[in-house]
Amino acid sequence: MAATTTSSDVKLIGGWPSPFVMRPRIALNIKSVGYEFLQEQLGSKSELLLKSNPVHKKIPVLIHGDRPICESLVIVQYIDAVWASGPSILPSDPYDCATARFWAAYIDDKWFPSLSGIAKAQGEEAQKAALDQVVEGLVLLEDAFVKCSKGKAFFGGDTIGYLDIALGCYLGWIRVTENMNNRKLLDEAKTPNLVTWADKFCSDGSVKDVMPETDKLAEFAKVLMAKFRAPPPN
Amino acid sequence: MADVVKVFRTWSSPFALRVIWALQLKGVEYETIFEDITNKSPLLLQYNPTYKQVPVLVHNGKPILESLVILEYIEETWKENPLLPEDPYERATTRFWAKFGDDKLVPSVRGVLMTQGKEQEEGIPVVIETLKLIEEQLKGKKFFGGETIGFLDIALGWTANLMCVFEEVTGIKFLDAETFPLLSAWIENFSDVSVIKQNWPPRDKLVLKFQAAREKCLAEAATK
Repeated sequence: MAATTTSSDVKLIGGWPSPFVMRPRIALNIKSVGYEFLQEQLGSKSELLLKSNPVHKKIPVLIHGDRPICESLVIVQYIDAVWASGPSILPSDPYDCATARFWAAYIDDKWFPSLSGIAKAQGEEAQKAALDQVVEGLVLLEDAFVKCSKGKAFFGGDTIGYLDIALGCYLGWIRVTENMNNRKLLDEAKTPNLVTWADKFCSDGSVKDVMPETDKLAEFAKVLMAKFRAPPPN
Repeated sequence: MADVVKVFRTWSSPFALRVIWALQLKGVEYETIFEDITNKSPLLLQYNPTYKQVPVLVHNGKPILESLVILEYIEETWKENPLLPEDPYERATTRFWAKFGDDKLVPSVRGVLMTQGKEQEEGIPVVIETLKLIEEQLKGKKFFGGETIGFLDIALGWTANLMCVFEEVTGIKFLDAETFPLLSAWIENFSDVSVIKQNWPPRDKLVLKFQAAREKCLAEAATK
């Protein structure tokens, strides 16, 4: 992908497994912006990270010039505004934009906690309830997809947009969870459009190289759980 | 065709106030529909099936939900009196702190308002530390938005009215002028803006409401 900005100008502090880090990576790819990817090590935080994000001490952090921008969706909006000549990420229509922002907030505030709730659920019944909750959320998002896409391939229409990025970044972890729990979360019966969308999203040029392979992610999940002593999956 | 703008709100919702302030600051005419949260209207449930909450902005029949999303919509739709800075970096900073207020300050305050004993005691330093981070954002500024109020003032504006209500309900002082000189000055300046002043819900009613909410929450916690 031809870089239109020198990569020394743009740095991204992050880690390959993080869905939140994937968001600005996809956005930068959409805009054909080269960047230096500074990967954090699991279990430790670099001086640069602590200096750039003193409030949350979390990845991702975009450093543009010498200015840090934090919070993945805030970073995506920043990228969209700064590299305005590239393809648009946020919808141009204010109502479509509000709809995208609403569902992106829903995904992070309600749906993602239910996904991470699966690993924390103790016992078969609790795990099933947790999995059911994730599927219920995906059914809502299936409905949102139909309304937002208006018959096109992505939430954003013909090309990947804000809401595609907001949800799509979790696809690797959705697959890992499906394998670990032997249950489909995105399935043909309840969420047929999202199943088709997921394939298109993962094979898109701006996503392909930054979406981790499921096997690699599954290995990482095991390391993560061992490190933080979370209850093992069923 | 004239714009038809409606706002679903309750008399007390601080999140709905954000919408009211933004619309009034931009000179947008709107109709208010007051909801009774114990008896939500079918229309509210139809417009907001996901959360069933206020505020909802309805613009020419189309609903917009979630107060910060509504603020962005208002900003994009009515260009008078811009609330967000033009510079993308300053916009990002504004959005970061607005999110911080909702993700960190609101829950930390709720954590003290709705608890007692040791749990409440442990929650107080969290509120203070969170407020200190916000205080720093006012360095060299009259408002978060600079010389005039903007997006972040609106997002954090609930503190100017409700923190003292919560202090009265809990008997705990959060925002003393010595520890928070900038926030204290901001509260005065913010509350003095006419759009803000004329829309504050009655303070005594708010105290009663939050006292009742606290008692209800403590009673429920005791039965668990």
